[in-house]
Amino acid sequence: MPLIVEDIAKRFGDHVALDGVSLQARQGEFLALLGPSGSGKTTLLRVLAGLERPDRGAVSFGGEDLLAMDARARRIGMVFQHYALFRHMSVAQNIAFGLEVRPAKARPKPSEIRKRVERLLELVQLQGLGGRYPAQLSGGQRQRVALARALAIEPRMLLLDEPFGALDARVRRDLRAWLRQIHDETGLTTIFVTHDQEEAMDLADRVAILRDGRLEQVDTPERIYEAPASAFVFGFVGEGVQLPGEVTDGVLSVAGWRSPAPAGTPPGAVTVSFRTESADMLPATADGLAARILTLSRRGGSSRVTCEIGGQTFTLQAPKSLIAPGVEVRLAPHAVIIHPK
Amino acid sequence: MSPALILAAPAGARRSWRKDSVLPGFPLALGVTLTWLCLIFLIPLSALILRPWELGPAGVWAVVTDPRVLAALRISFGAAALAALVNAGLGLLIAWVLVRHPFPGRRLVDALVDLPFALPTAVAGIALTAIYAPNGPLGRPLSELGVQVAYTPLGIILALIFVGLPFVVRTVQPVLEDLSQDVEEAALTLGAKPPQIAWRVVMPAIAPALLTGVGLAFARAAGEYGSVIFIAGNMPLRSEIAPLLIVIKLEQFDYAGAAAVGLAMLVLSFTGLLILNSLQAVLARRGRA
Repeated sequence: MPLIVEDIAKRFGDHVALDGVSLQARQGEFLALLGPSGSGKTTLLRVLAGLERPDRGAVSFGGEDLLAMDARARRIGMVFQHYALFRHMSVAQNIAFGLEVRPAKARPKPSEIRKRVERLLELVQLQGLGGRYPAQLSGGQRQRVALARALAIEPRMLLLDEPFGALDARVRRDLRAWLRQIHDETGLTTIFVTHDQEEAMDLADRVAILRDGRLEQVDTPERIYEAPASAFVFGFVGEGVQLPGEVTDGVLSVAGWRSPAPAGTPPGAVTVSFRTESADMLPATADGLAARILTLSRRGGSSRVTCEIGGQTFTLQAPKSLIAPGVEVRLAPHAVIIHPK
Repeated sequence: MSPALILAAPAGARRSWRKDSVLPGFPLALGVTLTWLCLIFLIPLSALILRPWELGPAGVWAVVTDPRVLAALRISFGAAALAALVNAGLGLLIAWVLVRHPFPGRRLVDALVDLPFALPTAVAGIALTAIYAPNGPLGRPLSELGVQVAYTPLGIILALIFVGLPFVVRTVQPVLEDLSQDVEEAALTLGAKPPQIAWRVVMPAIAPALLTGVGLAFARAAGEYGSVIFIAGNMPLRSEIAPLLIVIKLEQFDYAGAAAVGLAMLVLSFTGLLILNSLQAVLARRGRA
């Protein structure tokens, strides 16, 4: 484990940004930090970059104590949400900056710097644009320059702070695939901050979910989706139904529906969750959760249905037959996930 | 080509200097601007430009090359340039502290910066003279050290620093405020040392504004009269400024001679500002095209 984050805490005045976060990343791993705004994900990234000093905790990378080092000495590439390019420098000058500022001994020869800039421009698919200024580029191109600039110093780790947050949906999707490709080519340990669950689940080897400065779960995207560690994680990474329920004597009762509780469920008040796409809609005579259809909009072979269960409204897909507004149906989830309250 | 198109072409060409704009009011705005400029700028200035030639070219040349006039011009522009240079550093420092370091009483200091704008310049000049005169609270210890400020060119520079300072602070401050901190953080993660960040990242961003501020401070100082005459001592050839010389010539009813000195100042100021502005335009164009 080259990156080990231990019990990091940070507060800004009264606001607790990080409250004891511990986390590890393998060499070459692509880790996403996912959470709503204010969850502390950017603060954690800035602690790793050396732009923020934590109140307590430890960070080591490859056995080295990162917190004892200056941001300048860490050799960690950082890509900012708003590009943070040097406006008065050309694209090539931006990329070369990290090499140009090195002390004379460690600085590559000008011809070597030029060559490296060319290679990086090729890597980020901006050949021939080295002479342009940032203001002459589109948002997507600017962010690629920012990435090339971060890669120029041959960083030991790459940090990206919502790099696609300021771009439109289409460019975002393109850049996403391309970023993963760059990661696989360079083999760099990459930490990626986002509030977009789809982006995190698409890109990352593992996703760390933060909430109010605490880690909720660190796992592969599949596990996060299928076995969320908390009701919050379930709600954050996909559409689903969450209802209050109760477990007594191995029987789960939720919104008037009783079914055997999964083995080992402790008794008491619980939150019952299931994904809407893995629930069957059955006639009112069948066994299942009682639901009343409120509205529906037809789309191709199926309908998007808004229905009410136990006083809450949800939207889900259903076959065309059997449904019309006002009709009572039964919902039979394939699998329910139960979290104690 | 149809006749209509041929006819239409010259009309289009005639209007070509005027860019089409969706915003209304261009003819009115331009008209008011030109009228205003004529009334308060061009007519008085053309009087200034025309008046000296009553003396004939040789007469003008004689006035302008008079050793006393040359010395006064040198003192006015030399002191203004030095004061502007000092203000570049001092103003930058004050703007930096005001923007980047929230300290108690910052608002008060922020308001104090504008004081030289509001204070009658004569008041400032008298106050500076009282303090820096050889028997003043700061002048005495300084004169014991062998430095005389009041009644020397040094005093002139001091007064000009005072009147020029707000120009630099007020032009640089908003640009510094606008400069997002993540650019500096990016430079830091790329391995730049603080002096490298200041010189390579921050300075280029604020250079156009700094240059504008220095230009304004210089122009203001070159023409400054009120605050300087009290502290300068006004000794011909040594600490006599050009504006004072103009007043002296006026008092002697030498209107043409006064206008000749004024014309010389106008040419020098205009040249200086032109150079600074073109430099500023070049700097500002980089990265914005």
